Amino acid sequence: MIDFLARSGRRYLDALASLGRASAFLVQLLGALPSLFTRFSLVIKQLFSSGVMTLSIILVSGLFVGMVLALQGYNTLIGFGAEESLGIFVAKVLVRELGPVVTGLLFAGRAGSAMTAEIGLMKATEQLSGLEMMAVDPFKRVYAPRFIAGFFALPALAAMFSAIGVLGGHLVGVELLGVDAGAYWSQMQAAVEFREDVLSGLIKAVVFGFVVCWIAIFQGADCVPTSEGVSSATTRTVVYSCLMVLGLDFLLTAIMFSV
Amino acid sequence: MNSRTTEILVGLFMLLFLGAMTILALKVSNLTSLSGANGYQVSANFDNVGGLRVRAPVSAGGVKVGQVSQIIYDSETFEAKVTLTIDEEFNQFPTDTSASIYTAGLLGEQYIGLEPGADDEVLEQNSEIGLTQSALVLERLIGQVLLNK
Amino acid sequence: MNTQQQQSDTLVQITDLRFKRGSKVIFDGINMQIPRGKITTIMGPSGTGKTTLLKIIGGQLKPSTGSVQVDGLEVPKLRRRDLYTLRKRMGMLFQSGALLTDITVFDNVAFPLREHTDLPERLIRHLVLMRLQAVGLRGSRDLYPAELSGGMARRVALARALMLDPMMILYDEPFTGQDPISMGVLLELIKTVNAALNLTSLIVSHDLAEAMSISDYVVIISNGKVIAADSPKALRESESQWVQQFLNGLPDGPVPFQAAAPDYATDLFDFEQRS
Ligand SMILES: Nc1ncnc2c1ncn2[C@@H]1O[C@H](COP(=O)(O)OP(=O)(O)O)[C@@H](O)[C@H]1O
Ligand SMILES: [Mg+2]
Repeated sequence: MIDFLARSGRRYLDALASLGRASAFLVQLLGALPSLFTRFSLVIKQLFSSGVMTLSIILVSGLFVGMVLALQGYNTLIGFGAEESLGIFVAKVLVRELGPVVTGLLFAGRAGSAMTAEIGLMKATEQLSGLEMMAVDPFKRVYAPRFIAGFFALPALAAMFSAIGVLGGHLVGVELLGVDAGAYWSQMQAAVEFREDVLSGLIKAVVFGFVVCWIAIFQGADCVPTSEGVSSATTRTVVYSCLMVLGLDFLLTAIMFSV
Repeated sequence: MNSRTTEILVGLFMLLFLGAMTILALKVSNLTSLSGANGYQVSANFDNVGGLRVRAPVSAGGVKVGQVSQIIYDSETFEAKVTLTIDEEFNQFPTDTSASIYTAGLLGEQYIGLEPGADDEVLEQNSEIGLTQSALVLERLIGQVLLNK
Repeated sequence: MNTQQQQSDTLVQITDLRFKRGSKVIFDGINMQIPRGKITTIMGPSGTGKTTLLKIIGGQLKPSTGSVQVDGLEVPKLRRRDLYTLRKRMGMLFQSGALLTDITVFDNVAFPLREHTDLPERLIRHLVLMRLQAVGLRGSRDLYPAELSGGMARRVALARALMLDPMMILYDEPFTGQDPISMGVLLELIKTVNAALNLTSLIVSHDLAEAMSISDYVVIISNGKVIAADSPKALRESESQWVQQFLNGLPDGPVPFQAAAPDYATDLFDFEQRS
């Protein structure tokens, strides 16, 4: 019993310690960002691996989510004779919630896990130590470019997700179910506010990008440098990122959309 | 991966992002009509604005000609003072135009309808619309029906 | 005058170094001097902390107490910028080579120059090919690290370490897992490079014969202490049991075969007592 208490106590202390390390890591990471102005090519390379490589999964998911929303929304709205408002429903749900959140989750699974695995492997194969011994700071050379690229890529992907989702809604709602195309778009336009809906959704995505990249890079840099350590760090990245995205989404929604 | 291919694909990524933002700004939301600040403002006093909100449409003959830009309570007249922003191109409303608050559908959003009068002079910046009809408040309507009985 | 003389003879001076990992004591007050311009080998059983020692010399780990001086600079006390300046003058070869896996051999060797200088690409090419020629891998410049054998990876890493014209190179177990031919190549390379570029080489190894054959000076550490430090010849003639056990590869002696453990019999019967 005492043993059990001691063990669970130690686990909390471990968690606290890793939070402390993560915070110190973030400070160093942010301190390394200005150095990127002179080496933007590093960011481009990372934009490729976190942005371009995640593009296809985002576009396909966005299309399908938009189509499903139109299908479900139509079935509900037609009960009130309000199927003309389908555009409002699809667009608001996408722009405010599903765009940022689903993109955040997919990004954590696709790009975040890849970041952790890559950095963890660099650590396990002594590449990071090697850089340090060549007087190259891994924060400037390895972490900062990944952070900035991911931090930018997530909102960009979220915007693409929402845009293609609205088109998917058009495909199902207008082309398949026969909602008037004029009504679909004009009602949407009248009801969706750029600042309140679109920008708020993007702010969410920016916050998610920050947190997911921070978690992914820290887990990679902090992992136990063995194959087992890298694999469990990758799992942690996905789990923590998803929990943070969902939790923060609730918080941000409460702050931004409560009247 | 060749670094040139990478650059090109990242460029494509940026273009897609721009395209998505354009769709979100112009097709999904009403950023364009928001930027229609180049209109003139007229005010109108109502006993009761009901559920009217800022940015509600202002229409004449069913066509949108502007939007509500401000709603305040006027403590001198004890009425609601509504400021309408009407697009520049519709600058031929006579001064005896009347403004009414209508509801789109039975329970829908409220908007302001303008009915042009016959005067020779036209509304300009900071003019006031004298003839107004308040919002139809359902409870009050029911009350009236019951009293008239 | 005398102190200056001493300083120029000794490149690395370690005094009373203590280092712990958690509760485990890795170094318990070791002293050593690594002579300038020579090849020095640090030997010891696996897990004694040879890699750790190299990382302490490179400033990646900080000792609990004690002093580590490299070329007169107190490494643990250096500020970040000074430490990085010092590291540019030290090359380090990791056990695995530690090449960057996403770029080619050529780019790996060019990496330190591109990071630290603004030389034109033509000059960089020239300098890189010179180093690659020296390690005999000019023809493999377009390969990726994954396509290299272990020995080739170490030679590329050597070329990379030579790129900034260091004063000292640290080798971590350069001979482990090499076939006899690439072993010979590496030995020859280390020797010629050290002589031609007037370097100081510090090798960490447990490959006895090879290390003894090229070293001018050998330090043996075990259980957190320096057991012996002398020229290979003097060591072979040493009377010390420790040294003899190590040099002759005897399984049991002052360095026990068993890792520290409770008494064997108690340990065996402990299970029965518990159940
Ligand atoms: N990152 C680490 N965390 C905890 N202990 C470590 C770590 N790295 C090495 N050690 C321990 O330190 C000791 C020395 O390791 P090392 O310097 O790699 O030995 P060597 O290179 O001589 O084989 C070993 O007992 C090892 O278990
Ligand atoms: Mg080692």
